[in-house]
Amino acid sequence: MTTPSPLPAIQPSQSDISVLTTRFPEKINPDSRSGYSGWVVDKTQLLAFASALRDELGYDYLSSVTAVDYLPQDQIEVVYHAYKTTGGPGIVFKVQVPRASEVEIPSLVSVYPGAELQEREAWDLFGVKFTGHPDLRRILMWEGFAGHPLRKDWHEPYFEEDAKPLKSRWPEGHPVKAESRNKYGDNIAYPDGFEPQNKTFDPEKALYDALQRNSPDELGLSTDRIILNMGPQHPSTHGVFRIAVLLDGEKVINLKPVMGYLHRNHEKIGERNTFIMNIPYTDRLDYLSSMSNNFGYALAVEKLMNVKPPERAEFIRVIMAEMTRISNHLMAIGALLNDLGAYFTPMLYSLEERELILDIFEAVAGSRMMCNYFRFGGVSRDLPEGALQKIKDLAFERLPRKMDEIERFLSENEIIRSRGIGQGVLTAENAIRFSAAGPLLRASGIPYDIRRAEPYSIYDRFEFDVAVRQNGDIYDRLMVRFEEIRQSIRIIQQAVKKMPEGPVMALKPMYQVRVPPGESYGRVEGPKGELGFYIVSNGKPNPWRYHVRAPSFINLTAFGPMCIGQKVADVVAVLGSIDIVLGEVDR
Amino acid sequence: MNDMYGKGILKGLGVSLKRFVETYLDDLTWFGKRYRTDAGIAHRASKNARGIFTVQYPEEKIPVPEEFRFIPFLVYDEGRNGEKILRCTSCGICAKVCPPQCIWIVRSTDPATGRPVPDPAEFMIDADICMNCGLCAEYCPFDAIKMDHDYELACGKRNVYDKERLSKPALYYESIRPINAGRENAFRAAKTAARAGLSE
Repeated sequence: MTTPSPLPAIQPSQSDISVLTTRFPEKINPDSRSGYSGWVVDKTQLLAFASALRDELGYDYLSSVTAVDYLPQDQIEVVYHAYKTTGGPGIVFKVQVPRASEVEIPSLVSVYPGAELQEREAWDLFGVKFTGHPDLRRILMWEGFAGHPLRKDWHEPYFEEDAKPLKSRWPEGHPVKAESRNKYGDNIAYPDGFEPQNKTFDPEKALYDALQRNSPDELGLSTDRIILNMGPQHPSTHGVFRIAVLLDGEKVINLKPVMGYLHRNHEKIGERNTFIMNIPYTDRLDYLSSMSNNFGYALAVEKLMNVKPPERAEFIRVIMAEMTRISNHLMAIGALLNDLGAYFTPMLYSLEERELILDIFEAVAGSRMMCNYFRFGGVSRDLPEGALQKIKDLAFERLPRKMDEIERFLSENEIIRSRGIGQGVLTAENAIRFSAAGPLLRASGIPYDIRRAEPYSIYDRFEFDVAVRQNGDIYDRLMVRFEEIRQSIRIIQQAVKKMPEGPVMALKPMYQVRVPPGESYGRVEGPKGELGFYIVSNGKPNPWRYHVRAPSFINLTAFGPMCIGQKVADVVAVLGSIDIVLGEVDR
Repeated sequence: MNDMYGKGILKGLGVSLKRFVETYLDDLTWFGKRYRTDAGIAHRASKNARGIFTVQYPEEKIPVPEEFRFIPFLVYDEGRNGEKILRCTSCGICAKVCPPQCIWIVRSTDPATGRPVPDPAEFMIDADICMNCGLCAEYCPFDAIKMDHDYELACGKRNVYDKERLSKPALYYESIRPINAGRENAFRAAKTAARAGLSE
């Protein structure tokens, strides 16, 4: 069920864009700041520009939307990254507006519905009001939160300094416990007009209104509907994730994901950190596939620094990333079957193989899950003795055998087939529209895999198929993951055979790297989909902006549309088939 | 799917049954040595593991690999009279690279001149904040701070480790990380030799 490689990468021809520049004279200008690329679009022309981009130039996939607060320039910039699902490099376009407590920019949801959750995030964290957005509410913070935390002038309780390393640690580092410095209760700010003692304030009102409980049904009758909250403490939500479902009997009429319970403002922490400090923090995003997270971040920073890791390091990186994919998919398969009611047996069978992979990570990187293994310009250390043999044993012997067994165990099971086939369908068009990524996109028949579409590292040297299935239902998502595991095993088999000897670091180990000013977007095909890191450096030791395009988060944009019309029991199965990790959703 | 309904389920149950039986078969072939022996534990973590692979912690423990890292410690060499000489020079690199900023160092000053002395007066690690990333050990230029293997640290209070608690002998370090320690010792010896050669 795989296709040969998709079309060869198409270079975005400069003439393509020049069509647009002539159409919107003086409204679209190339970004001329040094280290930057892309186009600056006037906000009045944003919608027209985006429609033309999508319909005429074929940039049908909006990968990432985020904002940057340029405090010194007194400017807020919203940055969009769009790609073609036929492959090739993407296009970056930006909208700049003067800084104010709330800025307004037209929403792109009507052109790219995949922007929905991302625009909500930008509103929540930056105070960018997207006019025309159908449901602009806070998403990671709660209603009643004061301020927009990713603004550079916003400071959290326990704020000490804008940038690490903190001066209080050395040379006069007399320890102070943060909790003793700032007692609870003294540091909560409320928005203007907000009265915490006011019992009439209902923080859930906006959410329930968004579900449109009282809209008439298809016959025009006002039907009694119920709102069901699944989570945040619910065993099937894979963490602290809440789903508000509007039900007519057992049928789902509307569904809104509610998230942010695990929010820690990873991006603000990342902007306080120096570049190297962020590597262990990326481990904690999608904690089931930390090596992939390291990979994306390392690529983004290496792009800015213009370093290339040595050959051996590239091979090690690819092997580790593919092993991560295997372990993540095993976990996803196990958890999905758990959600489908198979209870813990398939989960334990998956965990058994994952365990052997984690043993290798432990021997190589020092930790089973929080690997912290990649460095800018290579990896932190070479493979220890015996690790390569273990990888070979797994890739050539154990994993192929065990994958056959797990597939025999499950794929023909009648319960799984009847719960999976034809349920939670995401059509190909919708998958692209909602910016779904990874197995979710490929199960809907779009053979889009960044490893093929825009090869990074040394993926262009390996033979592998892009796993793809056509129906876009739960069963296909399960099967795509099986296939991807097999392809990953294939890549590892090739990589261990070809792996050269040599150094694993291109640079001298430096605890503070020099990153030239500019922006970069590094993206990898993570196990859950496109994992992107958008980084803006201003030449200082800390990134000015550090944004994570989290695949589990953006895949949830399609969650509601996939569930509408299904039974409530299928919501659990659909969520399981998306494969989310809350560390990454909430960041 | 065209034949009997439930065949897929039966097939799956067959796999379960096979794995159930395998555990007991493995028990028989190992003849009671499958549990609580090093070879047994190693077997259960190997590619040939069959059947149940649970390790009965804490009666059994998986041996940790050399690179395993948990909470840093300070390495000291023993002087002629058995005094502890910390390798740390309180240069502060570990405190500057620490991502959660859990390392606190007070640099000593010479009471006579007021100049800084390469020796930490205080060295604290907030072990509850430490994320075990190992960057301090990786970037320490003096091999003075290293990551430990001891992971059984659960306790009921806040863990702020002071210099006393953090100091461990170089011999201990060599015992937990023989390969790394050997490489570093050789490198340091070569460096001292080169320096001696220069000064002659």
